[in-house]
Amino acid sequence: MDQLFNRKYIVQGLFIVIALILLGKLFYIQIISDSAFISAESNVLKKKYKYPARGAILDRNMKVIVQNEPVYDLMVTPNEVKPFDTLALATALDITIDDVRKKLKKARTQSNYQSTFFERQISVQSYARLQEIMYRFPGFLTQDRTVRHFPDSIAGQLFGYVKEVSPEDIEKSEGYYKPGDFIGKSGLERSYEDFLRGEKGVVNTLYDAKNVAQGSYANGKYDVNAVSGERLISSLDIRIQRLGEELMRNKVGAIVAIEPATGEILAFVSSPGYDPNQFVGKDWGKNYMSLLANPYRPQIVRPIAGQYSPGSSFKPVDALVALQDGAIDPSTTFFCPGYYMAGNHKVKCEHVDGTINMQRGIARSCNTYFCHVFQNIITKNGMKKQRETYAHWHEQISKWGFGQKLGIDMPFEKAGIFYKNDHYDKIYGKRWGYTTVISQSIGQGEITSTPLQMANVMAAIANRGYYLRPHLIKGIGDKNVVKKEYVVKNYVGVDEKYFEPVIQGMFEAVNAPYGTAKESQIPGITMCGKTGTVQNPHGKNHSVFIGFAPRDNPKIAIAVIVENGGFGGSYAAPISSFIVEKYLTDSIKPKSNGYTVSAFANTNLLPALKEKAKPGKLTKADSLLNKKTDSTRRIKDSLKIKAATLKRTVAAKPKALKAVITDKPVIKK
Amino acid sequence: MQQQQGNRFFFNVDWITVLIYVALCTIGFVNIFASVPPEQSAVFGFNTLYGKQLIYVITGLVLGLSILLFDGRLFNVFSPFIYGGTLLLLMAVLVIGNKVAGNQAWIAIGSFKLQPAEFAKFGTALLLARYVGAFNPKFRDFKTIMIAGLIVGAPLVLIMLQPDTGSALVFLAFMFPLYREGLSGYFLLIFLGMIVLFVADFLVPTYILIIIITAIAGLFIYNNRRKQKIIFSTILVTVFAIAYLFLIKVAYEKVLAPHQRSRIELMLGLKTDNRGAGYNVIQSQIAIGSGQATGRGFLQGTQTKYGYVPEQSTDFIFSTIGEEWGFLGCSVVIGLYIFLLLRLVNLAERQRSTFSRVYGYCVACILFFHVFINIGMTIGIIPVIGIPLPFISYGGSSLWSFTILLFIFLKLDSNRMGFF
Repeated sequence: MDQLFNRKYIVQGLFIVIALILLGKLFYIQIISDSAFISAESNVLKKKYKYPARGAILDRNMKVIVQNEPVYDLMVTPNEVKPFDTLALATALDITIDDVRKKLKKARTQSNYQSTFFERQISVQSYARLQEIMYRFPGFLTQDRTVRHFPDSIAGQLFGYVKEVSPEDIEKSEGYYKPGDFIGKSGLERSYEDFLRGEKGVVNTLYDAKNVAQGSYANGKYDVNAVSGERLISSLDIRIQRLGEELMRNKVGAIVAIEPATGEILAFVSSPGYDPNQFVGKDWGKNYMSLLANPYRPQIVRPIAGQYSPGSSFKPVDALVALQDGAIDPSTTFFCPGYYMAGNHKVKCEHVDGTINMQRGIARSCNTYFCHVFQNIITKNGMKKQRETYAHWHEQISKWGFGQKLGIDMPFEKAGIFYKNDHYDKIYGKRWGYTTVISQSIGQGEITSTPLQMANVMAAIANRGYYLRPHLIKGIGDKNVVKKEYVVKNYVGVDEKYFEPVIQGMFEAVNAPYGTAKESQIPGITMCGKTGTVQNPHGKNHSVFIGFAPRDNPKIAIAVIVENGGFGGSYAAPISSFIVEKYLTDSIKPKSNGYTVSAFANTNLLPALKEKAKPGKLTKADSLLNKKTDSTRRIKDSLKIKAATLKRTVAAKPKALKAVITDKPVIKK
Repeated sequence: MQQQQGNRFFFNVDWITVLIYVALCTIGFVNIFASVPPEQSAVFGFNTLYGKQLIYVITGLVLGLSILLFDGRLFNVFSPFIYGGTLLLLMAVLVIGNKVAGNQAWIAIGSFKLQPAEFAKFGTALLLARYVGAFNPKFRDFKTIMIAGLIVGAPLVLIMLQPDTGSALVFLAFMFPLYREGLSGYFLLIFLGMIVLFVADFLVPTYILIIIITAIAGLFIYNNRRKQKIIFSTILVTVFAIAYLFLIKVAYEKVLAPHQRSRIELMLGLKTDNRGAGYNVIQSQIAIGSGQATGRGFLQGTQTKYGYVPEQSTDFIFSTIGEEWGFLGCSVVIGLYIFLLLRLVNLAERQRSTFSRVYGYCVACILFFHVFINIGMTIGIIPVIGIPLPFISYGGSSLWSFTILLFIFLKLDSNRMGFF
């Protein structure tokens, strides 16, 4: 019996062991692992987001240019749907009965218990029809939200578009965005997303196992009210923006106008443009595809992404840096026989002026004069120190914004090309000098800039020595907050006293009988400017004009580029004059030369599509051709494929460049 | 004299056990109250689950106390009749029973429903105790094992026919009292081995199991190579084990219902199913796990309140305890049970009569099976077997039958000095 009595301990021991096993597992799931706790929260707690209205955008005269418009979605909760009159619903929505069935089926596959989209953005008429008969369709409900609306249908590239977030956006936002949220994808909508979107509200609701709401969580302690997006005031003047878009109709190019005193961008035209209203509705995808199919590539934001050789419009900068350097003084003259000999090759000039001074050199856009200026600058420390001197010059020119992003409040800004001396060292070793890079002195060859950079140079000249970072939004929110980096003066390193002679030259360019832009005089307004004609190996040259007005106390600085427009004076300068006149006087008076806005607006300068099979190649050649005109790159390429190809007469490295330049008389004016 | 008799009687009752009983019933009532939807708990009413449970608890207590007034010897004497009565009820339920959730387990008398399987437990316990106590049989004899097996087996088979596998499984608990009375430990080992092989058969390919079994057997035979008898029995066991492995596969497919199969597969982690058969277990574990160390607090359990755990007031009541009272609450409940079980075994051992001792062991082991299977099921270490948690789960039949089971033993214990 004793032995059997001991079995009591085995039985009791078993009880204890089992109890410990149970407690062990409980310890694990209750204390060590928190997965159950998280699952429990996701079981009962559902967050419902309240979407705030996106901030509106006004122009500088407080006119609304971007606002919100209500749209209606028809939602369905499939398990609440009872048999209904499919025909009535189909008629109200202007769709077929089959569509109704298909959409219902699709909603079922998404969720049976949750409200999902049945039809997005139903028309106002459909909405009105539905409101009267909604009671016949249990399980359906309409939900309103807002989409962007652009009353003037202008500046598509500037504002960009808002679209549902992508998985990458969600990941990057670290939890802010949820699937189905909207985000600014390009333009101002993108760069000011954080201000425009406002703050999402959230309602925490408890749900039971049957997915029936059981009231708020913790009495709404963790709920957040939606906060509307900030209102933005754009620096844009809608009057000249509209005028600019009209003038650039059927042309490829860009217009940027800046208020010099503030750096505020007054006009920001990218042509061809598009109606931003195309990208709000349910036809988004269709419209986007047709946009991409356009051979003139309206999706390129040309004011900041188009890179053009500045051409002759670079010359004022040249002159100012030379004056600051002491390489010339305002009265320095050079002799122009109609060309300039850079070593053994010729840089042609369009005229034979004989002895010419700086002001006339600017007004007449004399290539010879500025080649001499450049020669003086680079060789001022002796022929052996040319490369070091170039580095110094590069530094001075860079202060004007060339070769770097200006930091405008738009995404995807390009820097343009402006090489440091190590770039040339790589190609030529140490055997290069001013003749190698002489084309830069007249804004050709290895230098490109965006229209924004060109307009900014004009602002700096108008301000006599500094610029403010160009920007599109001048005030954020009700307090009109201005970003502090927009009030910092960026000095370009040229003393104020050197500006007047150069400005005088630019004044003469427009207002003197021998000026290159004399057709663009505005009665009563003293506009100063500089034309440029950018060599285009693929077709007609690009017409460029940069300028500012009035001469004293300037109010507007402008850069206009018309691709395939020919001489700077033929299209870019008159277009500039219209915009400047409109901005300063709010009207356009008839011109003595008979130029009218409508005549320019109706001129079609779109390049012909020669190879229809390869539209992509052609348009690339057009807008981005500057990369190709970059002679250095060409030499590099040809070096890679070896001179053996013989397609170009490239023999020795330093000679190669000369050959290219003499082959192509790059500068016409 | 009468008064003195009464005092002595009440003094002899083990009031500590009664206290634990009351504590568990109270815990049950509180958690049933918490597990009904909020709109039902707002207004007290006797038509609600907790209202009914309150009636069950009070009547159960009255029932238990009135059992204490009986003469203990009656249970010994009447045990064959009680046993016979429960067998009849079990047979009756197969004929006139109501089908609830696929099981024909209930007899409805008016609005009152009776579950005979619950009462069969103490009926069987009484007769088994009587058999062992009266005949003092030797458990080495095959005959003894047969008779004991028959006493336990008859109700077990009848319950299996309902079919109520969960309740039937509880009858395996009678192995422990018999073990205490001299049944060979090998029976427990074989039983344990069968469970181990059953589980292993799902997790490991059968041929590997066969190799392992054969290898162990070979080693064992080699070590005992001079003892022919051991070699013979080892070979026999090995053959049975291998046959058992194949039998499991066949029986698993042919005998078990699909829902039972999926419960087993879920428990073994062979499949996951968040919506179907696995829903109960997963939700129950989520509820318990979300209680963390100290729980969400009384009536604060969201999983409980919003009905995420099915069968929450009955078989899954432990999930409410886990969610609202946390690891602390779970430990208290398990601690109370273990204290009760250990005390019952100690009480059983102090009995002079074999009848009382065997019965005491039966009570302890039946409660143990219920507690282990029920809690194990709610935390996912045992497949879903629908049996109640003693004294805590909602339900009159189970509460009363556990009360009767326990209080009969308390009565016997209070008479432990007597002989019968």
